[in-house]
Amino acid sequence: MISFALRHRFPGIALDMAFVAPTPGAVVLFGPSGSGKSTAVAAMAGLLRGGSGRLEVDGEVLWDSAAGIDRPPERRRIGLVFQEARLFPHLRVAANLRYGLRRAAGDARGIGFDEVVALLDIAPLLGRRPHTLSGGERQRVAIGRALLSQPRLLLLDEPLSGLDAARKAEILPYLVRLKTHLGVPLVYVTHSMEELLHIADTLVLIEAGRVVEAGPLAELSGRGDLPLARRDDAGAVLDMAVEANDRDRHLSRLSAGGLTLEVPLVAAAPGARLRVRIPAREVILATDAPSAVSVHNILGGVVRAVHPDPTRHSALVEIAVGDQVVLARVTRDAVSRLALAPARDVLALVKSMSVDVLR
Amino acid sequence: MALRSVAMGLPVALLLALVLARGRFPGRFALDALVHLPLVLPPVVVGWLLLLTFGVRGPVGAWLNAWFGLRLVFTTSGASLACAVMSLPLMVRAIRLSIEAVDPGLEQAAQMLGAGRLDRFLTITLPLAAPGVLVGAIAGFAASLGEFGAVITFAANIPGQTQTLPLAIYTALQTPNGDATAARLALVSVALALIFLVAADLAGRRLRARVGR
Repeated sequence: MISFALRHRFPGIALDMAFVAPTPGAVVLFGPSGSGKSTAVAAMAGLLRGGSGRLEVDGEVLWDSAAGIDRPPERRRIGLVFQEARLFPHLRVAANLRYGLRRAAGDARGIGFDEVVALLDIAPLLGRRPHTLSGGERQRVAIGRALLSQPRLLLLDEPLSGLDAARKAEILPYLVRLKTHLGVPLVYVTHSMEELLHIADTLVLIEAGRVVEAGPLAELSGRGDLPLARRDDAGAVLDMAVEANDRDRHLSRLSAGGLTLEVPLVAAAPGARLRVRIPAREVILATDAPSAVSVHNILGGVVRAVHPDPTRHSALVEIAVGDQVVLARVTRDAVSRLALAPARDVLALVKSMSVDVLR
Repeated sequence: MALRSVAMGLPVALLLALVLARGRFPGRFALDALVHLPLVLPPVVVGWLLLLTFGVRGPVGAWLNAWFGLRLVFTTSGASLACAVMSLPLMVRAIRLSIEAVDPGLEQAAQMLGAGRLDRFLTITLPLAAPGVLVGAIAGFAASLGEFGAVITFAANIPGQTQTLPLAIYTALQTPNGDATAARLALVSVALALIFLVAADLAGRRLRARVGR
């Protein structure tokens, strides 16, 4: 478990944030720039001067200003990947990777050199000097270097923000692999929705130095009252299992907690876990079952809440389906015509084609 | 003697440069001024101040003499000390600039990888500042060879012991028919200067190429 709290006063902004997240898993600190996300990461790393707070990772207290505990950064066993790769220019890639490994305590070693090299695909780069690498390659080496220092917690401060879209797409799968294969807890700072969707298990929404809400991504993404829902790309995120692949109909059946979805055939075997997102504005609501429609997924549920969104003359409707939640954006007119209100039975129509399969 | 002066001065210069480049403490400005004093003071004044402090009856000199039987005035060691003090500002300046040019972000990255303060300095800062340290050492060496005023005041002009190149040239000029000797020594001086300039440039270039800059 990660437990973190920080209070700090800067000239333009006062920070007062706290969250708790399970480990292993990835925590994403999400919010606009200047909201204090990077300051939080610096405090966790021990690089922030001043301020008060507390950091505990898996039962070990690394910082507690009230109790006078403040381990220096080099003894916190926390890895940090910066926006820029910050590779040591006078060392080759292999020596960069081994820098932290050589300094890690022997009993802490669990992540091997070869394992990291294979995971991040950097074997061809080992003999090169940092200035001959591309931006994406550099960031992969930086991630490997941090991992090899055997951290109890890995912090990533907008690691992809300096890269173009193509490079980002190149690194994202590595980050997802790292999360699922190595079991190192991650704290990931970003303001990119795409990175959030791929990486987060726990989401911490930050605005103006405060935590707006913190919790599992699947839960927060289905809430219509959070700033997340006001976005054009709002939508519920579901972690699902592949039930069956029907090759004749080119469809896969996914399920999660009483909710079943049919989506275009996925490249994953039955039993595999997948994350999908159902964009809120693609969801159609109905009170009677339509016949002869192309939609595959007609999900019977109950309205949990209706939140008007004045900025778009629309409303966000939370629909409980089994123990999952689907979010729908509909017009205010639709809300009144269908008399949508909490506890009302409703059908959510989701086109197979509009479901985003993330991984 | 010039080598000894660099050997004495370089570690001190490194420490001072590091402290001045990265340290934030009260008295930093005063220390900076003190280090630069020999650059702006007449060398003879520096030599005299050294004589006052390190002379047999000076506060430091008396102590050195009593405890170690070490006498600096009018000795080769004394000449080296005078040269070291005079060349210190040159070395500190060169080294400090190159340390300031090292991205503190890299030191921070090393810290997050578990490197302590000394470890970071030895494995990151020093190798990256190496071109500047080398240039500083060579400049210090050249300045030591050419030191005149401070040496003659503090260590006198004793051939084979405390005589620097300009002192030898000066002595030759004072001797009847010494012009030829003076000319030869002047040639040696020019040749040495050229060799050092070329050496410094080559070494600096190779070091910079290694870090890809």
